[in-house]
Amino acid sequence: MTSYQELLKDIALTDERFIVMTAENLASIRGIAGALGSRFVDTGIAEQSLVGMAAGLALRGRIPVVHALSTFLTMRAFEFIRTDVGIGNLTVKLCGGVPGFLSEANGPTHQALEDIALMRIIPSMNIFCPADEQELTLGLRQVLEHSGPFYIRLNHTKAVIEHDQDFKIGKAEVVFDGDDITILVYGMLFAEAVKARELLQTEGKNVRLLNMRTVKPVDEEAIIASARQTSLLVTLEDHFITGGLYSIVCEVLISRGINCKVLPIALENRWFKPALLPFVLEYEGFNGEKIAEKILKICQGGHQYATTSRINA
Amino acid sequence: MRKEQLSRLKQMALKVREHCVRMSCSGGAFTGSALSCADLMVYLYGQFLSCDTGDPGRDYCFLSKGHAVPALYGTLAEMGVLRKERLSAHLSTSDDIYWHPNKNIPGVEFHSGSLGHLLPVAAGVALDCKLRGQGNRVVVILGDGELNEGSNWEACLLASACKLDNLIIIIDRNRFQANKKTEELVPLEPLEAKFRAFGLASETISGHDFEQMDELFFRIPLEHCRPSVIIAETVRGKGIPSIESRADRWFCNFPCEEVELLVKELHDTAGAGR
Repeated sequence: MTSYQELLKDIALTDERFIVMTAENLASIRGIAGALGSRFVDTGIAEQSLVGMAAGLALRGRIPVVHALSTFLTMRAFEFIRTDVGIGNLTVKLCGGVPGFLSEANGPTHQALEDIALMRIIPSMNIFCPADEQELTLGLRQVLEHSGPFYIRLNHTKAVIEHDQDFKIGKAEVVFDGDDITILVYGMLFAEAVKARELLQTEGKNVRLLNMRTVKPVDEEAIIASARQTSLLVTLEDHFITGGLYSIVCEVLISRGINCKVLPIALENRWFKPALLPFVLEYEGFNGEKIAEKILKICQGGHQYATTSRINA
Repeated sequence: MRKEQLSRLKQMALKVREHCVRMSCSGGAFTGSALSCADLMVYLYGQFLSCDTGDPGRDYCFLSKGHAVPALYGTLAEMGVLRKERLSAHLSTSDDIYWHPNKNIPGVEFHSGSLGHLLPVAAGVALDCKLRGQGNRVVVILGDGELNEGSNWEACLLASACKLDNLIIIIDRNRFQANKKTEELVPLEPLEAKFRAFGLASETISGHDFEQMDELFFRIPLEHCRPSVIIAETVRGKGIPSIESRADRWFCNFPCEEVELLVKELHDTAGAGR
């Protein structure tokens, strides 16, 4: 399989519009610098200028593909993204490194748990949250060539299943169909959702798994169909509960007047315990087993809700 | 500079100032800030730059201190880029002539208003011109108060690192920020030395003297492989003695009848050769 940086390099080498930029974070693009020559721009540790400069390059018809850690990119440079890239509706691609749980043992300074909330409130912004490296490369060309800004929640984890090759911006991937429960997920927790689903299936639950892929534009129809066809929606994300997928799903349901039970699995008003990834998932209750347990508990609780209701795990 | 050129620029500056004053009632405008950079705008658009937005080889001019936009509206109107009638729609929803520049104004390359933004953006434009081997010049006008914003200094380091000698940074050094004198709030001096220390070339001129501007701008780049910073010493409210150098004349919303008196004062002052 072609890696993210190999593909990005190929795309940039064959299309002069692309400029690969970074605020001195080479983790995802170490092999690109030499190949692109002057179309690789490292601004040093200066996210505001990184984004401002990218806006200037985009004004000249370039497509800057900008790299920095998610926290510093979306927060240090937020106003530059919102005001220069956003108001200008410029074709700048913002690639956030180690979002959510992927910051592992770095601590709260590096935990991007509000990046989706921040990016999605910018009117012209789009958001791609690949489940793994395979999906990242699957959608990359479309996302890069899409006119307008995109935030990409970089994720280089290894794929646990082969993804549907039919990638479309604004379309969720129905990974498994099912008619009892729907798990809606994006990003690195996809693999844990697959495990949780397996466990739930052995418990006799028929679980639909939706990989949201682009959370903006979101696949409203997939959410609505799941709300109508399954009795419980579970939103699973490594993000604060505010402003992420749980909020998006609730907004869609309310706007369409659909009654449905929704279980959010997200971080509520707190940062996560910094540690290596498997320890984080275990400790915070986000590995496959813990996710399955939470969902089963809800199912066994026999909740009866007349309206769109949040359920507490 | 030839005598007729000087006379043309002075005439144009007077008209631009009149536009600024006429925009300072019925809602108001940032008159003090606009008047301080009016001569710079007139010189840049009327003499130095070639800003035809349809031409890929054009020069770029960015107004980072976006609130000074009446001077830009006035200049673009006098240049024939913006229809003068549109200025009468100032602050109304029937047009986009509002307190900060936006792309619906012909001649405006990019919106501004949030301070500390257009130097990094201009650096990106200048970088692309360099990458393509094109000779476009890229000018960005900053307020001195705006230099409080750290992003400017970040971008100075970067522009210097990228050797953007096609980038021209003009500081409208009127020595005031919104409410106070710059040196009383967050002192900037020695300013020229600060820019030099950041790796840029820097010189100071009067921002109201077209001949000085002409002498300096035609020496740009001031130093090989370095961005040029021109510190233009200016007067807030320049051209109308009753509002000059006053901390309370940043934003002005004059009664309409007072505007005619100020226009008269403007013309009388120009006539007296001040």
